[in-house]
Amino acid sequence: MSESTVLLVDDEEEFVSVLAERLEARGLTVDTAGSGEAALAKAEARTFDAILLDMAMPGMDGIETLKGLLEINPDLQIVLLTGRATLAQGVDAMKLGALDLLEKPADIETLVARIQDAATKRSSLQDKRIANKMQDILRKKGW
Amino acid sequence: MSDVKRGIRPDEDKDRLISPRRYRKVLIGMVLSGSLIAILPLLILSGINYHQYQDTLRAELTRPMIRFAANGKQSLESFLSERLSALSMVLRDTPPEELRDSRNLDDFLVTLNQTFGEIVDLGVIDETGVQIAYSGPFDLEGLDYSAQDWLREVDTQAAYVSDVFMGYRGRPHLAIAVQRANAADRFVLRATIDTDVFHWLVPARPFETEDQASSCRGCHSLGVQPSSDAFIINQAGVLQTSSRLYGGILDPSQLPSLPYSSEAELLELEDANGMPLVVSYAQIEHSPFTLVLASARVASHAGLASLQRDMVAFLVVSIVLILAVVTAGSVYVVNRARESDRQRAALFHKMEYTNKLAAIGRLGAGVAHEINNPLSIITESAGLLKDLLTHSEKPPSREKITSLVDSVLKSAKRCGSITHNLLGFAKQLDVGREPLNLDTLLRELLGFLNKEAGYRNIQVEFDYPEEPPTIVSERGQLQQVFLNLLNNAFAAVEDGGHIKIGIRKLDSDSVAVSIADDGVGIPEEHIERIFDPFFTTKKGAGTGLGLSITYGIVEKLGGEITVQSTVGQGTCFTVTLPIGSES
Repeated sequence: MSESTVLLVDDEEEFVSVLAERLEARGLTVDTAGSGEAALAKAEARTFDAILLDMAMPGMDGIETLKGLLEINPDLQIVLLTGRATLAQGVDAMKLGALDLLEKPADIETLVARIQDAATKRSSLQDKRIANKMQDILRKKGW
Repeated sequence: MSDVKRGIRPDEDKDRLISPRRYRKVLIGMVLSGSLIAILPLLILSGINYHQYQDTLRAELTRPMIRFAANGKQSLESFLSERLSALSMVLRDTPPEELRDSRNLDDFLVTLNQTFGEIVDLGVIDETGVQIAYSGPFDLEGLDYSAQDWLREVDTQAAYVSDVFMGYRGRPHLAIAVQRANAADRFVLRATIDTDVFHWLVPARPFETEDQASSCRGCHSLGVQPSSDAFIINQAGVLQTSSRLYGGILDPSQLPSLPYSSEAELLELEDANGMPLVVSYAQIEHSPFTLVLASARVASHAGLASLQRDMVAFLVVSIVLILAVVTAGSVYVVNRARESDRQRAALFHKMEYTNKLAAIGRLGAGVAHEINNPLSIITESAGLLKDLLTHSEKPPSREKITSLVDSVLKSAKRCGSITHNLLGFAKQLDVGREPLNLDTLLRELLGFLNKEAGYRNIQVEFDYPEEPPTIVSERGQLQQVFLNLLNNAFAAVEDGGHIKIGIRKLDSDSVAVSIADDGVGIPEEHIERIFDPFFTTKKGAGTGLGLSITYGIVEKLGGEITVQSTVGQGTCFTVTLPIGSES
């Protein structure tokens, strides 16, 4: 399996940098963003297997960023991180299309496992989409 | 000064509101006013009734007495005047020489008694005062009356009626006399009347015999009640007839002198023995007599007394009933009021508690959030350090380790400052009064809200140029007040909104803290109710207690809270607080 790519989004720079280093040490390709806006810009530029997104950020918060990201690419697998998880927020996030919601501080192994899940899900989604597309083409342009 | 200065705690204030003394005062007031309103008209009405009844009863009692006196007066006057006229006629129509003859007088006596009756004897007295002729049962011819007063009185008055006297014969009688005086001669014609006749005219007691009754002409109608006494007195108050009350003829009556009246009169008086009497009397014209009908007042008031008794009994029963009903009603109402006050106080207490819990919950969530971020950094830094030590072949560089440890220390310090703030906030459990810097207090509170302000891009502006005054008050209570107001302001504004905090010294005693936002504003129909308990517009999200508790606390601190709001433009809460002093 190829290296999964992850985007880390959090306003706490120290947290992002340290976590990035740890994830990289576990064989992931990590990119970081310090705000929702930066995250959107990065998601526009390229695609990620998984995105770790902090809920509470100044300016554009987690939920808004989540919406923006899904607009750019509905296949994006987003895991939300929060310092204070309320049931209502979790339900909202899931409804909007988040893959999972983890509470800070999260265990690194759990985090990696979720990212792998996300990557797997994304690739299967992608495969399915490609298969669908192929079938579509076959049906339409069938000879 | 105010309660705040004396430092009365809110709980004591609440206790005073539902103290037993207060309810007793209310109860007494209710019973008194209720009874007064019920009993006073009753007493007034009874009084009026009693007086009217008394007047009627008295009139009924006294009318027969007056009638008796008037009728008696008429009978006696006509009795005397008939006989005086007869004597005058005899004297006028008889020549002088015939008057000197006693035998002629015998004829006159027979004739007069045939016509009028009751005349015992007749006598003629000449100018010298000697009785020159006499007709009657006694031998009184030649008697000299010249020394007697009555003879002179005949001189001055045309006719004369004497008091009752015993005279020469030792029997009670009275004399009537008329005079004929001209240039040639002077004669007095004198007749005596046995006073037995008065007993017929004035029946002091029920007639003893049929005979007596039938011979009492003109006095049948003068029915005298058995309890009454009728008699005649002269001007000196001496009895002229026998009396049940005062004894026999010529005994003194014990009555005070009765004022003269030409008509029959009624008097209430006491006689010399101290006996209360109702007396009707009439003076008999041209005579020294006064007809008196006396009735013991007790007897005449017997009806009134029984009425009085009935009325007093009725009043007592009514008043007892009224008092019982009013007291029972008042006790019931006051007990209900006390119970509902107690429940309200308990509810308010519970509300305060709920609000405090809610505030603590909010605070806890905020603190957890604040602490989780540095905690994550610590976790990840420590985790990375471990990774480096366990997974890589070569040991990590000194710089790497230092930087990671710095990260951990910095984050730990952040956690430390949060817990420090929290400890400061926890002081709200102390209820003591202390000097407070409002600026510091507000900035501490905003410390908890800074994150939210940052996330939501809310601008908090401190708008007080001069050094804000220090006030003496209760820290925890003020923290709760301002935290509630700031929470409301944060809830009201959109992301990117503005909140302006102002502190203004109003005068030497008070300071105003205003918290203004440019949020949604409060509709006019809500603004009157926002301080009401359980009034909320955050359907399901709010308890509706925050502002009501805030209002209660500000009141207890001796201050006041006002609100101005325009929908779409924002809301401004202003809390005015006494500056207070530590003493």
